[in-house]
Amino acid sequence: MYLADRAAPDGAGTLPGAARGRTRAVSSVVLALGAVSLITDISSEMVTAVLPLYLVISLGLSPLGFGTLDGVYNGVSALVQLTGGHLADRVRNHKLVAGLGYGLSALCKPLLMIVHSLGPLGVVLALERTGKGLRTSPRDALISLSSPPGTRGRAFGVHRAMDTTGAVLGPVTAFLILRAAADGYDAVFGVSACFAVLGVLVLVLFVPGKALVAQQRRAAAEGATSASAPAEPAAAERPVDLRQAFGLLRLPRLRALTACAVLLGLTTVSDAFVYLLLQRRADIGEEWFPLLPLGTAAVFLLLAVPAGVLADRVGRRWVFLAGHAGLLAAYALLLWGPRTAALPYLVLALHGVFYAATDGVLPAAVADVVPENLRGSGLALVGTGQALARFCCSLAFGAAWTVWGDGRALFGSAVGLLLCAAAAGIVLRPGGGTR
Amino acid sequence: MTPKHRLLVLVVAVLLLAGVGTGFVLHAAYRAADKDKPRAGGPAVGAGPVTLTRTGQLAFVNSAPGPHRTEVAAVPAADPGGARTAADLKCARFYTASGTGVCLQTGLGVVSQTNRAVVLDKDLRVLRTFPLAGTPSRARVSPSGHLAAWTVFVGGESYGAAFFSTRTSIVDTRTWKILPNLEDFAITLDGRPYHAVDDNFWGVTFADDDDTFYATLGTAGRTYLVRGSVAHRSVTSLGVQNVECPSLSPDGTRIAFKKRVLHGASLWHEYVLDLRTLRQTPLAEHRSVDDQAAWIDNRTVAYALPKEGDTKSTDLWSVPADGSGAAHLLIPDASSPAPL
Repeated sequence: MYLADRAAPDGAGTLPGAARGRTRAVSSVVLALGAVSLITDISSEMVTAVLPLYLVISLGLSPLGFGTLDGVYNGVSALVQLTGGHLADRVRNHKLVAGLGYGLSALCKPLLMIVHSLGPLGVVLALERTGKGLRTSPRDALISLSSPPGTRGRAFGVHRAMDTTGAVLGPVTAFLILRAAADGYDAVFGVSACFAVLGVLVLVLFVPGKALVAQQRRAAAEGATSASAPAEPAAAERPVDLRQAFGLLRLPRLRALTACAVLLGLTTVSDAFVYLLLQRRADIGEEWFPLLPLGTAAVFLLLAVPAGVLADRVGRRWVFLAGHAGLLAAYALLLWGPRTAALPYLVLALHGVFYAATDGVLPAAVADVVPENLRGSGLALVGTGQALARFCCSLAFGAAWTVWGDGRALFGSAVGLLLCAAAAGIVLRPGGGTR
Repeated sequence: MTPKHRLLVLVVAVLLLAGVGTGFVLHAAYRAADKDKPRAGGPAVGAGPVTLTRTGQLAFVNSAPGPHRTEVAAVPAADPGGARTAADLKCARFYTASGTGVCLQTGLGVVSQTNRAVVLDKDLRVLRTFPLAGTPSRARVSPSGHLAAWTVFVGGESYGAAFFSTRTSIVDTRTWKILPNLEDFAITLDGRPYHAVDDNFWGVTFADDDDTFYATLGTAGRTYLVRGSVAHRSVTSLGVQNVECPSLSPDGTRIAFKKRVLHGASLWHEYVLDLRTLRQTPLAEHRSVDDQAAWIDNRTVAYALPKEGDTKSTDLWSVPADGSGAAHLLIPDASSPAPL
C-alpha cells in the first residue's frame, strides 16, 4: 500500500557514520511529518493570536477565568500525551493515533465559528488541547522510527524547525485576514479549519502507518550497522500492555533520561516569566511584549537543524547540556541586568538556543534507548514527566516571586538549574546504553 | 494509491480548501463593507464636531452600521434616540469628564495587535498617546478631568504559560506622570499587607478629590472592592467581595457594580452598593451585564448589553439606581456611555 516509502529505507538503510549522508538529509517521512506540523501550527497559532482580541473586542467577554482553566488544560494535555503514546504502541499504529489527535483538533476549529460564550468556548479549547496531547508522542515515535539512530538528532531538528516556522506564520496569516476583513474572526477560524484539514490530509496521504514499523525492522536487519535500540524481535511481535510500558522505567538509561528531564523541567522557568523578567530588566515598552516570543522562535527555527546535526556528531548529551548552559546564561544575564541595548537580543538568542539544543535532542536521545515496540510510550513518559515538572516549576516560581520578589526567585531557579544540570551531566555520562 | 494519485488528491484538496478559505475571507470582507453602509431604519448619524464640554449631551461609541461606525458620537441627553453627531475618532472604549477624554484604540500589527490609549482635550484633539500592553477593556476619567485610568487584558503573563491577566494604569493629565501598573501599589487586604504574583486590578473609578479611587482587585480566585489613594500609592480592601467594575455615583455615596452570580461562569447582575452602610441593592436589570456602568445622573446608571439576536453588537440600556422601575433602551447600537 505504501509504495512511496522507498525513501524511508533509503534513509534508513544507512551508511555507517551517518553524518556523511549529506545528500539524503532526512527521510521523506520526517519531511511529511514536518509539513503536517507546519500546516497544523499555522492553523492553531492563527487562533491563539486572535483569541484575546476576539474574546474582548468581539464577544465583549472578560476572559480572566481562562487563566485558572489554563493550568487544568496543561495538566490534562500532559496526561493525554501519556495515553496517546501508549495507545499508539498498543494498536501498533502510530499514524492512526496521531491522525486522531490531529483530526480532533481540526474538528474544533469550525466549532469556534459557532460557539459564542465562554463556557462552550472553554470546552472546545480543551478538546483542541486534548488533540494536541494525543498526537505528540505518536508523531515523535514516527519520526524516530523512520530515522536511523545516527541521524535522529537531525531528523528531530528538521521537524522542530518546520513546526516553529508554522508557529511564526500563523499569526501573520491571522492578522492579514483581519486586515482584509475587519472583525472577520469567523474567517480566521474558517481558514484555520482549512489549514487543519490540509494538515490531516497530508498526514493521511504521505505518512506511512503500520507498514513503517515492519519496514524499519527489515531495514535494520539488512543494515544492522548502527548501534540500534535493543529491539528483540520476539518481544516486538507480542502486543504491548501497560505493565510493559511502565516496565520501561527499569531500563537504566531511560530512567536516567526521565529523571534528568524532570529535574531540569523543575528548574526551567516558563517562557511567560522569562519574557516578563526581560521586559522589566531591559525596560522594554509594553507594546513590544507580544513580540518577545518571536525572538525566541526565530533563533529556535534557525538553529534547530544545526543543533540536531551537532547532536548526531558529538553526542546528544553534550548538546542537551549546552542548551541548558544557554538557559543558565540567559538567567545570569537577567539577574545581572547590564545596561546595554543588546540585553534583550542576547537573552532571546540564548533562550532560542536552549530550545534548539533540547526540544528535539531529548526525544532523539530517548528514541535511542527505547525498544521500537514501546517507542510511543517511552517518548510520552519523558514528555509527560517534563511537562508536569515544568508546570510545577511555574507554580513554585509564581509563589517564590510572591514571597521573595522576582530577582531572588530567579536566582533560586538558576542555582537549581546549575545543580540539576550538573547532576544530569553525571547521570547521563556515557557508559550505559548508547551515547 | 500511487505517488501520482496521492499528489493529485493533494492538489485537488489544496485547491478546494483554498477556495473555501477564500470564500470565508471574502464573505467576512463583504460583511465588513456592509457594516460601513447605513441601514434603513437605523439612527441618523452625521459627521460633525463633538465638544466634550457641551452639557446636556451623552457621549458614546457609535456602533450603528454606516461610515461612522466605532466613532465617538454625541446625542442630546433629552432625546437619546435622536440624530447623532459623530466625530472623526475611532475608539474601542471611551470615557470623558470635565473636558478630558480618554480613548482606547486597537489596531493590527504584522504579528500582533497594537493598542494605544489617547488622552484628548475638549475638542477631541490628541494631547498624549500611550502604548498599551494588551487589549483595551475599561477606561475612566476623574470628575475633574485631571486623572485618567485604563485597564487592558494582557496575554501570556500569568502562571503556567497562561492566558490572561489585567494591567491597570493611571495618568495625571496635568503632569503626564503615569503610574503604569496598579499592582505596584501597596495592598492591604482584610487589614493585612498583601502581595501575590496573581494580583490583578481592573475597573478604576475616581472620587472628586483627584486622589481617591475604587477598583476591583482579583487574586487567588476571588475579587475584592478596594479603595485606593493615588498620592500614597496604596489600596485597601473594604471588606466587600464579588464587586467588579465599580462606578462611583456623582454624589460619591454609592457604587454601581457587576456581581458574579454564578461561580466560574460569565454571568453578572448589576447592583448598587451604599458606601456608608455597605448595603447592596439589586437593580431592575435581569440580564447579565458585563460592563463598567456609568452614572447618567444621581438616580440612573447606563451600561452596554449585547444586542438581541446579535452578540457582536451592543445597545445602551439604563435603569434606576435604587432598584425600582425597569431597564429601558437608552441608545441602540452604542457602547461606552458618558454624560457630558
